[in-house]
Amino acid sequence: MSDLLGLNAVAARDALDKKAISAVELATAYLGAAEATAGLNNYVALTADHALAMAAESDKRIASGEAGLLEGLPIGVKDLFCTKGVSSTACSNILKGFVPPYESTVTANLWAAGGVMLGKLNCDEFAMGSGNETSAYGPAINPWQGKDKVDLVPGGSSGGSASAVAARSALLATGTDTGGSIRQPAAFCGVVGLKPTYGRCSRWGIVAFASSLDQAGPFTRTVADNALMMTAMASHDAKDSTSTQTPLQDLIGAVGDGVKGMKIGVPKEYVMDGMDNEVVTLWEQGQAWLRDAGAELIDVSLPHTKYALPAYYIIAPAEASSNLARYDGVRYGMRVDAETLDGMYEATRAAGFGDEVQRRIMIGTYVLSAGYYDAYYLKAQKVRRLIKADFDAAFQTVDALLTPATPSAAFPVGRKIDDPVTNFLNDVFTVPANLAGLPGISVPGGVTSDGLPLGLQVLGRPFDEASLYRVAGVLEQAAGFTMTPARMAGGAA
Amino acid sequence: MSDLVTGRTGDWEVVIGLEVHAQVSSKAKLFSGASASFGSAPNENVSLVDAAMPGMLPVINRECVYQAIRTGLGLKAQINLTSVFDRKNYFYADLPQGYQISQFKDPIVGEGSLRIVMADGSTRDIGIERLHLEQDAGKSMHDQHPTKSYIDLNRTGVALMEIVSRPDMRSAAEAAAYVRKLRSILRYLGTCDGNMEEGSLRADVNVSVRRPGGPLGTRTETKNLNSLRFIQLAIDHEVARQIEIIEDGGTIDQETRLFDTATGATRTMRSKEDAHDYRYFPDPDLLPMIVTQDEVDALASALPELPDDIRDRLMGEYGLSAYDAAVITEERDTARYYEAASDGRDRKLVANWMTVELFGALNKSGKSLENCPITPEKLGELVGLISDGTISGRIAKDVFADMFETGKGAAAIVDEKGLKQVSDSGAIETLIDQVLAANQDKVDDYRGGKDKLFGFFVGQVMKESGGQANPGMVNQILRSKLDGA
Amino acid sequence: MSVDKTTVAKIARLARINVPDERLEPLAAELNGILNWIAELDEVNTDNVEPLASVTGHALPMRDDVVTDGNRLDDVLSNVPEGASGFFVVPKVVE
Repeated sequence: MSDLLGLNAVAARDALDKKAISAVELATAYLGAAEATAGLNNYVALTADHALAMAAESDKRIASGEAGLLEGLPIGVKDLFCTKGVSSTACSNILKGFVPPYESTVTANLWAAGGVMLGKLNCDEFAMGSGNETSAYGPAINPWQGKDKVDLVPGGSSGGSASAVAARSALLATGTDTGGSIRQPAAFCGVVGLKPTYGRCSRWGIVAFASSLDQAGPFTRTVADNALMMTAMASHDAKDSTSTQTPLQDLIGAVGDGVKGMKIGVPKEYVMDGMDNEVVTLWEQGQAWLRDAGAELIDVSLPHTKYALPAYYIIAPAEASSNLARYDGVRYGMRVDAETLDGMYEATRAAGFGDEVQRRIMIGTYVLSAGYYDAYYLKAQKVRRLIKADFDAAFQTVDALLTPATPSAAFPVGRKIDDPVTNFLNDVFTVPANLAGLPGISVPGGVTSDGLPLGLQVLGRPFDEASLYRVAGVLEQAAGFTMTPARMAGGAA
Repeated sequence: MSDLVTGRTGDWEVVIGLEVHAQVSSKAKLFSGASASFGSAPNENVSLVDAAMPGMLPVINRECVYQAIRTGLGLKAQINLTSVFDRKNYFYADLPQGYQISQFKDPIVGEGSLRIVMADGSTRDIGIERLHLEQDAGKSMHDQHPTKSYIDLNRTGVALMEIVSRPDMRSAAEAAAYVRKLRSILRYLGTCDGNMEEGSLRADVNVSVRRPGGPLGTRTETKNLNSLRFIQLAIDHEVARQIEIIEDGGTIDQETRLFDTATGATRTMRSKEDAHDYRYFPDPDLLPMIVTQDEVDALASALPELPDDIRDRLMGEYGLSAYDAAVITEERDTARYYEAASDGRDRKLVANWMTVELFGALNKSGKSLENCPITPEKLGELVGLISDGTISGRIAKDVFADMFETGKGAAAIVDEKGLKQVSDSGAIETLIDQVLAANQDKVDDYRGGKDKLFGFFVGQVMKESGGQANPGMVNQILRSKLDGA
Repeated sequence: MSVDKTTVAKIARLARINVPDERLEPLAAELNGILNWIAELDEVNTDNVEPLASVTGHALPMRDDVVTDGNRLDDVLSNVPEGASGFFVVPKVVE
């Protein structure tokens, strides 16, 4: 088999089962691809020996007919996931050298299903960012380029994951999504990314950013691959009090079910000033595709949409300011010595956290502090209820919502932004789903005139990922998105 | 009121409120599966959750929740079916998460009350404001190294109940009575072992002084007192200190103070921080905690009888004095011992024997009820022998001493030593005749009007009998012989 | 509401992040930018709206009172910056 990297996950599983390829060959090809595209800086640690050993085990299980759902498939892991015996730093200096003696539930599920770990993927520091530019390892690069060949961000925070899947240096990758950190980079890199319903994937062993919003999910090349990986990732976990016991639907089967008879809502508030015209055009195109496939398109209103972003930027930093208090130089990670305990804390945290993380900790500390709690945090949680109520009302009449994934395509690395708020606006279409705990998927729908991918987002009812896959499957087929990025392993197809 | 304290410028009223931290009796910690036991090697009872490793999450221990509910029921308090865990954010070396999981706005237990009994038998009801569950912190040790502190996280995450009283106490004695009573209830319920030396029960005391009937004064909080004596000493010291400052024209700083067990004085904490700002917010790793009324009812119906109920019964049905009832019911074991010993016996007499002889002997020998050589049944047996006239009260004391020494039964000792009271009227008559014959002059005096000599004859007869003659019968026969002849 | 240098210094202290004096002013400006934007929420009428802290809709699951963890000193201390005889070690704390 010459084009190992060209196989999507479903096809690779098939080829492995037919013994047309071996897991070791596949892992070797991906490790080579990762080396070849090292310039994209999407891996922060490549675990070659580990990958080859796991692949060899996969080959044995395939030979003995014990193949798991993801048997032999090479997977990259966002550095936010703790992986036993492998450096896990959340791309922060404060966790430099941290090697967890435990494995996150999600990654444990993937390995139990036969997945092969390639290494750890770059991300924004503690997942705080929309361009993968806050990483202590430097920015990951988007394999796609515009006509001017300028380096573009892969999006964030799961930028390394999206970049690696797009560049074919990982067949599958894990991400986490707190305000759009899976869906936005998936859109920027032309891949499929799902943020499951809050509680669907265990948060145990994932470095926490904002606990009430964080959710792990899969990055894949195709919708079918995504449903496959998601099926292996999800589980009820007694170690996570917010983990759901709701049974998982048949996601793999849902991909080809079509949308005939489905009611798809189009929220009129998902527009904003300065939004790309091409984004609006693609959105309209997406509506037409679904209508053609037999869905009924219905205009809906989510009146509190514009308040989701400011509410998010209170709630997420508030939780983060508390979640990140444990990085204090006492038990693991970086320590900067000082005479006093407080001096040690202050020096360690000043040196260990980057600017964006410090800024968010400061905001979070402020909005929770005495005298401001009601005005900020409590107000935001009330607005959060209103946002959820908007969705609840919409889902009385529709089965899913179709929106743009992002207001624009990927932007250049190092774009100088003085106002941090401008950066926050990247998340404007993705944040509401996190606040309401809903599942959302981003599917590549087309490219801009500059040749950069754009994504469509589908949002659904809690624990109804199946409907997302039905809609996403139709969009994928209609879009026929076959373009590949310039900086892809093995060269452009 | 006698509780007022007299200063140089007049009388002062003391206002005291207590926050008691009681360690919940459970096998595992509140939010992790590590052991909650004492005495392990450093950091042995520590899970990755307790060490706040990245990505670790809390899962609550149901038994700890039930223990809090049982305690709430024991305090006749409102049980909140929905309660919420919050994070209390602050940095400290023995607080790995950088926050303590506690309950701030919506505690599991609301208002209740607790009845204290003072030495004179009078009672007072002290209001309970709330009870909530929270995590204990670890331990910092400062003596191992000249410039370093050593941190042991074994205590980190052990479940505590914080029980907050209303500022209803007016003297150190009341505060001590409150803690003693609270400890008693916790031990009855089995929700906390009440071991103050090991730190299972410790109190923060809030003290202020004011002119009687005047507005509340500024209070100070003295932290972490782990004995009844320290609680009283700290309060007395605080009261004297505050009165002196105010009478000298000064004002009290609202502050946290430490009690120095060596000097018996309180002092300002040296690490007094910029004002704490704990930034409480609902812990997003945990969901609202719901318990059902059915669960609460089941816990309520399985509760043991509590000291106040037993005390009421002891006073009402058995006619015990307030003092005896309070002493007997303070500890569940004591009450159980009493119930067993007095079953079918003279209840008041058993109470007397317990509070005087038994407790005296235990005290003297340094033994506790747990390893008491006299079983409740044997004490009952002894009292039975007194009641049915087999032995006199005086003989019983000797028998008791023998029982305490040897653990033998009362009847066995009485038999063995031939201590059985003589109730044979013929034998007693013979003794009386001998005594009267030997003291004919006194008999004449008596009959001549010296009534008081009757006691002399009784004493002589008892003496001759070696104490074994039935005093009632001696009285009766003697009277008929002297008066009837 | 807007924050000044003093407030930024106070927040930094609460968050235990050492912020050099010359950074206080620029940080205050950045935080004010964010806080002013957040103030958009004031437009929303939230009278009689209950705050929403958790979206799952289920109650807190509880575990049995069984010791299932601990006795893993090697794991607990495996990443420690400074340790001694089974303890974590920090600069001396004065109470």
